[in-house]
Amino acid sequence: MAETKVIMPQMGESIFEGTITKWLKKKGERVERDEPLFEISTDKIDSEIPAPASGVVQDILVKEGQTVQINTVVAVIGDGGSKPAETKTEAKAETKTEPKTEPKAEAKTEPKPEVKTSSTEGKPGIPKGPAPVAGPVPEQEAEEEEHEEGGEHDGTRTSPLVRRIASEHGIDLSALAGKGTGINGRITKRDILSYIEQGGGQQKRPAPAQPTKAATPTAPPAPAAPAAPPVKFSGEVERVPLSPMRKLIAEHMVNSRRTSAHVTTFFEVDCSRIMQHREKNRAEFERAGVKLTVTSYFVQAAANALKRFPIVNSSLEGDTIVYKRPINIGIAVNLDWGLIVPVIKNVDEKNLLGIAHALIDIGERARNKKLSTDDVKDGTFTITNPGQFGAVIGTPIINQPQVAIMGMGGIKKRAVVIDDAIAIRPIIMLSLSFDHRVIDGAVADQFMADVQKQLESWNV
Amino acid sequence: MALTTYVEAIRQGIWEEMEKDERVFVLGEDVGIYGGAFKVTAGMLEKFGEWRIIDTPISESAIVGAAIGAALMGMRPIAEMQFADFISCAFDQITNFAAKCRYRWGAGVPIVIRGPSGGGVHGGPFHSQNPEMHYVHTPGLKVVCPATAYDAKGLIKAAIRDPDPVIYFEHKFLYRRVKEELPSDDFVVPIGKAAVRRQGSDISVMTYGAMLYLALDAAKELEKEGIDLEVVDLRSLLPFDKETVLDSVKKTNKVILLHEDTRIGGFAGELAAIIADEAFEYLDGPIRRITAPDTPVPYSPPLEEFFLPKVSDIVRVARELYTY
Repeated sequence: MAETKVIMPQMGESIFEGTITKWLKKKGERVERDEPLFEISTDKIDSEIPAPASGVVQDILVKEGQTVQINTVVAVIGDGGSKPAETKTEAKAETKTEPKTEPKAEAKTEPKPEVKTSSTEGKPGIPKGPAPVAGPVPEQEAEEEEHEEGGEHDGTRTSPLVRRIASEHGIDLSALAGKGTGINGRITKRDILSYIEQGGGQQKRPAPAQPTKAATPTAPPAPAAPAAPPVKFSGEVERVPLSPMRKLIAEHMVNSRRTSAHVTTFFEVDCSRIMQHREKNRAEFERAGVKLTVTSYFVQAAANALKRFPIVNSSLEGDTIVYKRPINIGIAVNLDWGLIVPVIKNVDEKNLLGIAHALIDIGERARNKKLSTDDVKDGTFTITNPGQFGAVIGTPIINQPQVAIMGMGGIKKRAVVIDDAIAIRPIIMLSLSFDHRVIDGAVADQFMADVQKQLESWNV
Repeated sequence: MALTTYVEAIRQGIWEEMEKDERVFVLGEDVGIYGGAFKVTAGMLEKFGEWRIIDTPISESAIVGAAIGAALMGMRPIAEMQFADFISCAFDQITNFAAKCRYRWGAGVPIVIRGPSGGGVHGGPFHSQNPEMHYVHTPGLKVVCPATAYDAKGLIKAAIRDPDPVIYFEHKFLYRRVKEELPSDDFVVPIGKAAVRRQGSDISVMTYGAMLYLALDAAKELEKEGIDLEVVDLRSLLPFDKETVLDSVKKTNKVILLHEDTRIGGFAGELAAIIADEAFEYLDGPIRRITAPDTPVPYSPPLEEFFLPKVSDIVRVARELYTY
């Protein structure tokens, strides 16, 4: 049935609320379009407001003398056929003028049972943890490499301020070479101040920058810091109940081990070309406001390979293999208080910029506990990054009900033999844990060879 | 005590100055019977009469020209531009006459030109602009952009008392959105003095007008991550408070320059140059700008939202700068 909502109009640019001074029609009365319906008073003018449509005044939601914000629904004009009670509740909700997304999100999450989100290892925002220290996987990893690259610039990139402080304190900045914690290993104000605090100059090896203030999202991880907070002992042992997130992770991991026949295969990939590409395009991406992380390349290569090997993008339901058309790749994000796997949807429809942007977005939102339930469901494949803390490679556990998960080791320059000559190349180890119930080794290896080939022949 | 809105603060300031000094009068479009497009002059016609509250034809050039003439004859006119966007019609009068009189003949032109400016109100390309830089680039003028009700009142009074032409940009978005308790005494806010609205140690955000509130919101958000923003409200652009700006740079060593005006030729560019000139050795990172893009203000609400700087922009840039 047709009904028209009558709103408080905006009577001038600076006006954002108005008072209804008089209703010219009563509930149930007929009104013609453009016939005066009510009178308002605002900071600027007093005015008669005409009806936006013809019909019967079905409901009046704002009483005379009441002040409401512009665009608030003040009345409903219907054809006289509907029950007023129904529209009343609906329109009432709108008069509150609360951000519309909030009730929506609630409505979506509520009916979901808390524990059974199959595609994720935890739910956002459940556990309260300490302020996040670790950033999202992709960013961290990018920072790490940049530290390595910093070495090539003698590690003495600084700022005018740092140079001034150094000269004031008679510090030779080469003493701090390679110890900078800023972007590209840049020596920051914090670095030099903490160096001075440690007795600067006299000491040959300054202590690493204080991780306390560096506890920000994009700060590089402090590898020395323990992953879990240190335990305080009152006796021989200390018993600490699992956090809700930890409990979920534990359940999911054991469940996955029990469900799938895990096999892991390993591939070595020469990252020269993607590093070149990244070097060449980083500035342009930055101009678009996006940090081009190395992970982006692996996500894109995996998406392409998943298209060619649909079995890897499937799941097993009883005796049926369910192939999935969307390619939704989950990215394991390490948090201080656990682990979460936000999903980038339809990766195959995104270009490198889109992927890089999505990686930063989900990482940031994971860190800020801003992920919605939609962000962590419907994954069809997962990528995890055990290399971020220096691991050569890991053997990840499949994220059920998916059938494969790719692990990324740390990128490291290694001596490799190319055409019988020894060359130095940035090498990464990749692993793929797959469910041998549906994927055989040959297919898994072909899939990984596909990923490898794409990355090694990336168009620079 | 009652809270006073930004728009009411302007009205009070003019009212009090008119009561105190009979040389002060208002002229502009619809300022009399209608009380002004934004009701800044409401009730003034009744109180001060038609000789002091003058409705003019729709000609900004004539309004400012008449004001200049009256000022040269010893009056203290306040010329209202209905929207700051249309001040361009009076550009020649302002930049070639008002601004240059003192230099050419030693004759000050004590006029105030009020311009309701700024976006965020879905006003489209002709009712949302921030035209301050045309005048900041004109020696001989003074340009102020209050962000709070206190400053709105204190600066309009200072502008009226000033012996030279003052362009007073009042932000439409703030008119009825910001309010505060005002002291009852006769206070002024000196032209050319900034205010540090939030003390911080990591990054200085320099801004003015409605953007102040975005900077403060961003500071609140970043506080949770341990990033401590200092927020400087410039209040006056010409002359601007170089000392406060440089002091803040020297304290935090990192700077974000934020304004609602478009980017090229915006005030941020000028500030960046001065900071690079005079505080280079205090910088621990690049000087970053957050501004509207170089286009007219779009009418479409989603496009306007995209166009205007947002809290999330400040948060993002601050994070980048913090780890630099």
